[in-house]
This record gives sequence, C-alpha cells and structure tokens, in this order.
Amino acid sequence: MAERIGRADFTGRLMAPLPVVKSLLSKWRIPILIGLGIVFPLVAGNYWIDVAVFWGIYVLLGLSLNIIVGEVGLFNMGHSAFFAIGAYTTAILSERFGVSLWLLLPLSGFAAGVAGYILAKPIIHLRGDYLLIVTIGLNEIIRITLLNNPWGLTGGPNGIIMLDQFRMFGYAIQRPMDFYYLVWAFVAITVFALVRLQRSRIGRCWNYVREDEIAAAAMGIDTRSAKLLAFTLGAAIAGATGTVFAAKLVVISPESFTFMESVILFTIVILGGMGSIPGVILGSAAMMVLPELLRNFSKYRMLFFGLAMVLMMIFRPQGLWPSRRWTTILREGEGE
Amino acid sequence: MALFIEQLVNGLTVGAVYALVALGYTMVYGVMRLINFAHGDFFMIGSYLGFTLVSSALVGGAIPLWASLIVAVVLSMAGVAILGVIVERAAYRPLRRSSRLTAVVSALGVSIFLQNAVMLIWGPRYRAYPPWAVPNVTWQVGGIYINFMQVLILAVSFGLMVALYLFVQRTTVGAAIRATAIDHDTARLMGIDVDQIIRLIFLIGPALGAAAGVLLGLYYRQIHFTVGWTYGLKAFTAAIMGGIGNIPGAMVGGLLLGILEMLGAGYISAAWKDVFVFLILILLLMFRPTGLLGERIAEKV
Repeated sequence: MAERIGRADFTGRLMAPLPVVKSLLSKWRIPILIGLGIVFPLVAGNYWIDVAVFWGIYVLLGLSLNIIVGEVGLFNMGHSAFFAIGAYTTAILSERFGVSLWLLLPLSGFAAGVAGYILAKPIIHLRGDYLLIVTIGLNEIIRITLLNNPWGLTGGPNGIIMLDQFRMFGYAIQRPMDFYYLVWAFVAITVFALVRLQRSRIGRCWNYVREDEIAAAAMGIDTRSAKLLAFTLGAAIAGATGTVFAAKLVVISPESFTFMESVILFTIVILGGMGSIPGVILGSAAMMVLPELLRNFSKYRMLFFGLAMVLMMIFRPQGLWPSRRWTTILREGEGE
Repeated sequence: MALFIEQLVNGLTVGAVYALVALGYTMVYGVMRLINFAHGDFFMIGSYLGFTLVSSALVGGAIPLWASLIVAVVLSMAGVAILGVIVERAAYRPLRRSSRLTAVVSALGVSIFLQNAVMLIWGPRYRAYPPWAVPNVTWQVGGIYINFMQVLILAVSFGLMVALYLFVQRTTVGAAIRATAIDHDTARLMGIDVDQIIRLIFLIGPALGAAAGVLLGLYYRQIHFTVGWTYGLKAFTAAIMGGIGNIPGAMVGGLLLGILEMLGAGYISAAWKDVFVFLILILLLMFRPTGLLGERIAEKV
C-alpha cells in the first residue's frame, strides 16, 4: 500500500508543472495511441511491421482466451486447438472451394465456436486443474488429427498452402503494411466489443462466477451456461483470428498449433492481468516483442525469456496491468 | 493373444516410468496445490545426467558395468534432487501466497529455462546412450520376449514405489507429509515445519523423476531436451487419471496409461495412440471428475 501511494505521489509531482501535458494525456490518451498506431508503419521497416502484425494476432488470441481464463476463470491450456480449427477451415474451404476470405472470417469463427461448444459441453463441470489437463488433451487430439491427414484434408505434417488473400475493391492485402492495418483494425473492433461486453450484465455475471461460483449460483446465475457461453465465444474469436493468420502465413501446418502455443497464450493472459483488456495487449507485447528485442542474445534468448517469466510472476503477480475490478478486490483484501 | 501379452509387457514397462514421473506431479500437487510444469524437465535432466555419467570414461571403464549403472542412477537422482530444491526456493516459494495461476506460469517459465539450459549445455541434437551400457539379453517366456531392460525398469520402479509408499504411510515424516497435504495451517499448529516438508517433497519428486529419466534413456537410448514435455504431459495425464494428489492413484494411473497407450499402438495405430489415450482420459473424467482414486471433495460454501 505504501509503495502504491508513493508512486502516485511521484507521478503527481512529475506532472504538476505540466498541466497541459497531463490533461492531454488523460483526455487524448486513446486518440494519441490510435494516431501513433496509424503513423507507425509509415516510419518503421518491414521487419518491425511484421513483428507488429504478429503482435496484433496474439492480441486477438489473447483477448479470446482472456474471456475464458480471465473473465470466467476456466483453466484452458489448449486454446490453440480452436485457433487451428479456424485456420484449417479457412485454408481448406479457400483452396478447395474458392470461398472468399471475407466470408470465411465469420465462417471459421462459427466453426471454431461450434467445436468449442461441443467439446466443452461434456467437460465444463470439471474443477480447475482437471479442466486444464482435458483442454491440453483436446489440443493434442486436434494437433495429432491434423498431423495424420484424415481423408487427405489437412495435408499432414506439410500442411496446406493457401494462395488467396483478403481483397478490397480489387486490391489484395499482401504487403506487411496492409496486414498491419487489417489486423489492428480487427483488434480495435474486438477491443471495443469486449469492453462493452465486460460492462454488460453478461460480463458481470462472468466475473461473479470467477470470484465465487457457489454464491453466483445462489444468486440465480446459471453458472453452467455462463461458462459455456464464455468458452464458445472465446473459441469463436480464436477461430476468426485463424483466418487472418492463414492469410498472413500462407502455409498452415500443425506445428503452428502446438501445446507450446497454448502455453504462450495462457501466459499472455496471466502476465497481462486476468480479465484485463489493456493487460492482454501489454502481455502479448511482452511475449512477442520481447523475444525480438532479445534477438542479439540469440542463443540465450529463450533462457532469458524463461527467467523473465519467473521474475515477472514474483515481482508482479497481479499482472502488468491488472483489471480495475480485480484491484478493488485486492485493495479491500489488504485493508483487512 | 501373444500380441496382447507382448503389448501388455511393453505397456507395463513404459507405464512404470510414467508412474515414477507422475508421483512427482502428484506429491507436489498434494502438498502445494501446484501443477509443477517443470517436473517433466527434471525427468529430462535426469536422463541427460545419466547419459553423461554412463558414457564418461570414468564410470564406463574403471568399475564393473552393474556398479556404474547404479552410480549413474544414484548420482543423477541426487543431482536433480538438489536442482529441485533450488527451483522450489527460487521460483515457487516467493509465490506461495499468490494466486495459483501465477505459480503455474512461474513453473512454465522454469520449464522453458531448464530446457534451454540443457540445450546450451548438451547441444540441440539427439544424444544416444552408448549401446554397451545395457547387456542385450532377451528371455523367451511362454512365447513372448522380455528383455533385460524391461525387467530392470519394472524392478527398479516397483522397488522405488513400494519404498515411497511405505515411507509415506509408515513413518512419522510420512505422516507429517500427509498432514501437510490436508491443511498447512493445522499442520503448523501440530509442530510440523511446513517449509521443511515442501523441501522434502522437492527432493523426493525430482529424484524419482531422474531415476525414471535414466531408466527410459537406457531403454530407448535416444534422448532430446524436449522429451521433458512429451513425457511430462503423459505423466501428468496419468496423475490426473489416478486422481491428482493421491500417491497410489499416480502409480495406478501411470501403469494404466502405459498399458492403454501400448494396446492402442498395437491394435489401433501407432500414429493415433495419443489421441486414444486422451480420449480415454476425457471419457474417464466425464464420468469420474476426480479421477480413479481421487476423493470426492465437497465444495466449501
């Protein structure tokens, strides 16, 4: 508590002589960020634009998993399975039937959502860690199925090459810069929708279930369907992200959807702060951009990365940007 | 029928290894409610230490083979046990009061760290145990073949499991472990040093994992720094199947998983065996949400 007051004091003193800057920052924070985001690809090289594209994709995936892990508190460590379903739906339908990617975006989301609903329905009652291993199991089942090339659909270990692109007014979205704007536009729409959802009745229901399932049930919340809804929605968003991923990567193969991938997504949510949307954006930056910055240490990169994960958990267990609802609870806890 | 029994023996062998690793998961979970994702890597490091010890000229030439094998197993167990205590002190103890998911992410970080450390020390390629490390003896018993390594794995792992079971059930320290698993605060009131118990758990679990690592290395001969995740995941599945936190459950779960996997490989297809294993896990948990031997825990209101 003392530390927190100290920090507020410090920023207060720092900002005091600059009231203009302060009001600019508080009022125009979001427009400034959006402006910076629009300018970024005009000044950055293609390499860093690509890094930002993948950051955006991981933000979308992190946001989708945040619904399940962060908002409702379901331990899902197999999220890349739904991402895979979306990406493969896109690749297969596009290559075989030439379906437009704009149509495949909702279609892949729908496919992954249905899969999420069907797969989660029989297991949603499981307690924390049992659910965790089952979702890991689902992830492995999907990955091995893709690897084994059922009915020649998935192309086995080599995967599928998808040549189609998003097209707009006869213009194909291909350059890193185009993808950058496409991905971050999706991020903006998703963030807007999820903020609305968070503040809605459903969002509050989810948090209630996470904090105390029994009390939530006693208040008349159908906890089972609240959890299922979160799982389905999370899977659907991950599936739709799969379409963007397939368009960006061109080659879709099972090695993009391993257990490690699910672990990274899970870490993004916890690292950012459970249930926090800005937290997911920061968390995915830490997981995607940090390794790029460490590239100079190439060999020791992942060693530092693992160490950083441990240190961040020790020194910031509540996450990089904890959700406000979450901090309120923590503060009250400290007051006792 | 011969295929069935042969796969049963293969399954028991692999299952015994799974069971040894699963014990580490289940003991840590039972006492700390933590899924120690780094445990698979303790297993992996055990097999690398064993590899270095077995293939080094010192052990390989100076003393007889059987003695060098024992030295390799015991030293790997000791080394990994020390590593386990260090990891607990550095990465888990500071998080004991925070949310459980925080500790899980810390464990994942430890796992990534250990894997890359091993990759930097021993190199990224596959390593192979020397072929002379194990006598290539095969016995024929009633139409099926059993080799020396299978007998050794079964003997060592059952020996270790029985020893562990007796230790936990029959000794005072074992009673303290069981008490700590039930309730930390009450255990503390009874004069049990909970920190000491947790340290002990992080000696025993990784040591068992390391023994499994050396045995499996001798059996399959090839080792790689990523096997920790593959086998760790299987062993964790086994622990969940048996009911996590339950020591006999981990043994039963490990053996069951090994047998199911080998029967699946023999009768269905080797490429689909993991799908088969995870499907059984999901079906089992649908109908028994706390595993085979897990207690039904009433939720606190």
